[in-house]
Amino acid sequence: MCLGVPARIVKIEGKEAIAEVGGIRREISIELLNDIKEGDWVIVHAGFAISKLDEEEADTMLNILSHIPEE
Amino acid sequence: MKFIEEFRDKELCQRVLAKIKSYGFPAIFMEVCGTHTVSLFRFGIRQMLPPTIKVISGPGCPVCVTSQQDIENALALASLPNTILLTFGDMMKVPAKSGSLERKRAEGADVRVVYSPLDALKIAKNNPDKLCIFLAVGFETTAPATASSILRARDENLRNFKVFSLHKLIPPAMRAILEMGESKIQGFICPGHVSTIIGAKPYRFIPEEYGIPCVIAGFEPLDILQAIYMLMDMLDKGTSDVKIQYKRAVREEGNPLALEIMWKVFEEGDAVWRGLGYLPSTALKIREEFSDYDAMYLLKDMPVTEAEENPLCRCGEVIRGVAEPTECPLFKRVCNPSQPIGPCMVSSEGTCSAYYKYAPS
Repeated sequence: MCLGVPARIVKIEGKEAIAEVGGIRREISIELLNDIKEGDWVIVHAGFAISKLDEEEADTMLNILSHIPEE
Repeated sequence: MKFIEEFRDKELCQRVLAKIKSYGFPAIFMEVCGTHTVSLFRFGIRQMLPPTIKVISGPGCPVCVTSQQDIENALALASLPNTILLTFGDMMKVPAKSGSLERKRAEGADVRVVYSPLDALKIAKNNPDKLCIFLAVGFETTAPATASSILRARDENLRNFKVFSLHKLIPPAMRAILEMGESKIQGFICPGHVSTIIGAKPYRFIPEEYGIPCVIAGFEPLDILQAIYMLMDMLDKGTSDVKIQYKRAVREEGNPLALEIMWKVFEEGDAVWRGLGYLPSTALKIREEFSDYDAMYLLKDMPVTEAEENPLCRCGEVIRGVAEPTECPLFKRVCNPSQPIGPCMVSSEGTCSAYYKYAPS
């Protein structure tokens, strides 16, 4: 119901875009976001991109966790 | 970066788990998102945690918190002549006194499942001679999408499209849970996707007024474990704050554009929640200026069955986190996903459904 999935934007036409999730492409709306480009990763929920995913933030988090010393 | 596999790294999960275990004090946390409920089971996170750390599920499944009367209202709308009722799949099986949407469809009503409010809009365009009602369920994650469909309907002067809004707000429900004081919650795992829209500010009252820490979390195992680690760390230091673990998707201010669209169409209204009762200012009601697109007015002149709860169903207590599904006399005996009695068994995100599917017998 409230499932949000990461998807990559492959094509943009105005407020509509084609997003790819696990090899499956579907038409979504990008009107809830500004500055979306082809190649961006977004969270798609109920046919709308609701948030742009930040790769730098993801790397930072993984990096912090990988520096936790092993017990 | 694929944004999924990286956050399921077994070795990283073990390290975070070791950190969690190192604190050595007990804690009770609550999550308030259907997807967190499912993730906790699917990845076996509860079993990984030490028995002294409990994660309970709260009112995070929009289908589950829909009141019995609202289900009756939806069934009444589906029975209108020359009408197509459109909704998300999870709503189809919720049982009420006068049946379910699935049963209505079997009896001949035109009830269809859509993936997006925009699909509902397309169906309305393709069926100009029919009244098309979108039954809108969900929290702040879904509400901007519904608002956008209403704005488009107005722009395109689509007069046969209406929305029955059952949208609700999550933070006031968290306040209601705290005010009831039934469970000794020491920390909240806040919903990641709701927070992409609303940001961190709406949860601030929780640490400020109740001294309880909050962490906005993603949905992969590493996300949930890190959120628990962050909560344990705040408890250990005796601090409480709203922290964002899910920084790759959630900004402090949320999504201002989505919020602007949402508040353009909706205003706060009152709602009855299953399990929590009547809560003022927790619903998203369609503003007066969009009343042409509000299906609520159709109910004023039509008979609606008065709702009746099954007295044995304990969904209300499950939603508040004070009863486990296994404590319900109906669970697995007569209530199961193919013949659900209560909504927590219907929705794929419901706690009973997750227990049925994943919990060891």
